[in-house]
Amino acid sequence: MEAIRILTSTAAPLPLPNIDTDQIIPKQFLKRIERTGYEDFLFYDWRRIQSGPNVGQPNPDFVLNKPEHQNAKILITEKNFGCGSSREHAAWAIQQFGFRAVIAPSFADIFFSNAGKNGLILARLTEDEVQTLLARSSANPKHTITIDLEQQTVKDDQGFQAHFDIDPFRKYCLLNGLDDIGLTLRYAAALDTYEHKHDAAFWLAPKPDAPATATSENR
Amino acid sequence: MSHPQTLGPQTLFEKVWQQHVVAEPTGEPTIIYVDLHLVHEVTSPQAFDGLRLAGRKLRRPDRHIATVDHNVPTTSAQDRLVIADQISARQVNALRSNCAEFGIEFFDVQDAAQGIVHMIGPELGATKPGMTIVCGDSHTSTHGAFGALAFGIGTSEVEHVMATQTLPQSKPKTFRINIEGKLPHGVTAKDIILDIIGRIGTDGATGYVVEYAGSTIRGLSMEERMTICNMSIEAGARAGMIAADETTFAYLKGRQFAPQGAAWDEAVAHWRTLRSDDGALFDREMTIHAAELAPSVTWGTSPGMVTRVDATVPSADDARSEADRKSYARALEYMDLTPGIRIEDIAVDRVFIGSCTNARISDLRAAAAVVQGHHVAATVRAMVVPGSQRVKKQAEAEGLDQVFRAAGFEWREPGCSMCLGMNPDILQPGERCASTSNRNFEGRQGRGGRTHLLSPAMAAAAAVTGHLTDIRKWPPTENAAPEEPVLAQGGAR
Ligand code: SF4
Repeated sequence: MEAIRILTSTAAPLPLPNIDTDQIIPKQFLKRIERTGYEDFLFYDWRRIQSGPNVGQPNPDFVLNKPEHQNAKILITEKNFGCGSSREHAAWAIQQFGFRAVIAPSFADIFFSNAGKNGLILARLTEDEVQTLLARSSANPKHTITIDLEQQTVKDDQGFQAHFDIDPFRKYCLLNGLDDIGLTLRYAAALDTYEHKHDAAFWLAPKPDAPATATSENR
Repeated sequence: MSHPQTLGPQTLFEKVWQQHVVAEPTGEPTIIYVDLHLVHEVTSPQAFDGLRLAGRKLRRPDRHIATVDHNVPTTSAQDRLVIADQISARQVNALRSNCAEFGIEFFDVQDAAQGIVHMIGPELGATKPGMTIVCGDSHTSTHGAFGALAFGIGTSEVEHVMATQTLPQSKPKTFRINIEGKLPHGVTAKDIILDIIGRIGTDGATGYVVEYAGSTIRGLSMEERMTICNMSIEAGARAGMIAADETTFAYLKGRQFAPQGAAWDEAVAHWRTLRSDDGALFDREMTIHAAELAPSVTWGTSPGMVTRVDATVPSADDARSEADRKSYARALEYMDLTPGIRIEDIAVDRVFIGSCTNARISDLRAAAAVVQGHHVAATVRAMVVPGSQRVKKQAEAEGLDQVFRAAGFEWREPGCSMCLGMNPDILQPGERCASTSNRNFEGRQGRGGRTHLLSPAMAAAAAVTGHLTDIRKWPPTENAAPEEPVLAQGGAR
């Protein structure tokens, strides 16, 4: 996972609430067994004309198709972004498309977690702050935003300044590009002890057969 | 087994959480033990690859159960054994070989226990009260109906569970929704949960684990409770839970993976302790009176855009906030609906009875009871996709398949099917579908498709009349002409 500290970029405004993961990446692309190569499928349907003679052609009105927003590394959107399905493909597609951060008033829980595992910064600002940034980026595609993860601030080139909250541990992992499994395995001894006792609770086992003894060989 | 107890009354969620704490490092998420991981073909291949790449082992093969559901064709047994779509076939094969390589019990396409992953956990008796259950699928919340803490995770977390049998989790808040009283005629579990989502919004429970309680819930069957917990995610909840009781134990007793004999009694004694103590405090609480509920139907492109079947299509002005106003306007356009038309006047082209929300035997019985003696409208194509092999077999033993076929429904093989349309079962652009599934997002059932979520009985009624229909007026009166679909005004077709 790529570590990020400070991100300065133009932004792509997507002023809609409740954008679900079916929109972020439609189901037909979930059949792939790879972890990469999802960039072209991001907002697949919204990027294309849906009806009429030009059906299937790029939709020039959609923000990600506009040449002036091409290099945006920040996506700005409204509340409850990433609701719906747990597909991590949504985070992969956003990240592989070139975004490094999403700014919104709120995010759905599973998406929030998936994004963190893929090094995406999710900055939660107030509704008003988000509206300000949305308006500025819509009016001026060169509008530049700086997200400082260490300071937990979002600033822009027009004097905007806001603070965002982030769980300290999530911040630490993002700043250092840490792998979760490795982090958990720091508690391997506690896990072995816990699991040994817990296996006696057969009423919490999926199957009645005796469990195989496990130890934390995974490093 | 000794578990640390805090003083004072605890909620069901807190009890289950506390019994699964492996480590509570300061300033970091709690490490929670995972009792059961359910695996399906779509969200697992990258996780297995991750294990291989890192040279890690699957820590506890006995705590994983796998099946194929999302991708499998539902047309015929033959189509399932040799999947024509090469990309789907490759994904199904990847799961097959991954399960063989890592030693995971796998229920393949034609296995008698195959089905939608959230159907087979309970059917096998693998899902039990007090467990922690995860799956790379948001509707894992279904298993909470047994008093388990069950939630959906992403693929990185799937890999984490495979390697460590744990997950780092920050503790969610608690939200109790009490539903009290007798359900009015025609109101089902689906209507309860749709009403809740409509009330609190699709992010109304974000950050919370919801416990459903109250006399209405206690009176529901396990299948009905699963329908409610299933759609907790549609309100943004991390999980939904219902405390186990005699109904739960009766459902589980004798199932393949349930404890037997003396072990059963011991298990039940433990499970009985898993209820919210009197006086336990929740971060949020809400009470709904069942008498206020009516059969519900969604009109828009989010499960929160829902109304009573006897109401009319709202306008953007009815939205609660400026942000919602924009989504309402967009949804009305996508759904091609004019504000003010009666919900019952909306004509449908397709009917889908299926999904992990409503494809259990009681759902099929309810739908069959409605269609018995009627025929699907000439303008409608209707299908029933049982949620699992067991449900299919049971329905066939009861002759329900014959009722559906005689009425003009397609009777399919089990799987997710048109709930998300990853297999060939999809809506065509512009087609309108009455669906018993859980999501009505744009394009969910096929690009350009329009979904109305409702209960199995109302889906069945819509198939017969050709339009959304208030089940409380069923059967239609003699002089009504059910084969003549009522065309919606405002170009709703
Ligand atoms: S039936 Fe639908 S909601 Fe349920 S697991 Fe399958 S795709 Fe997901």
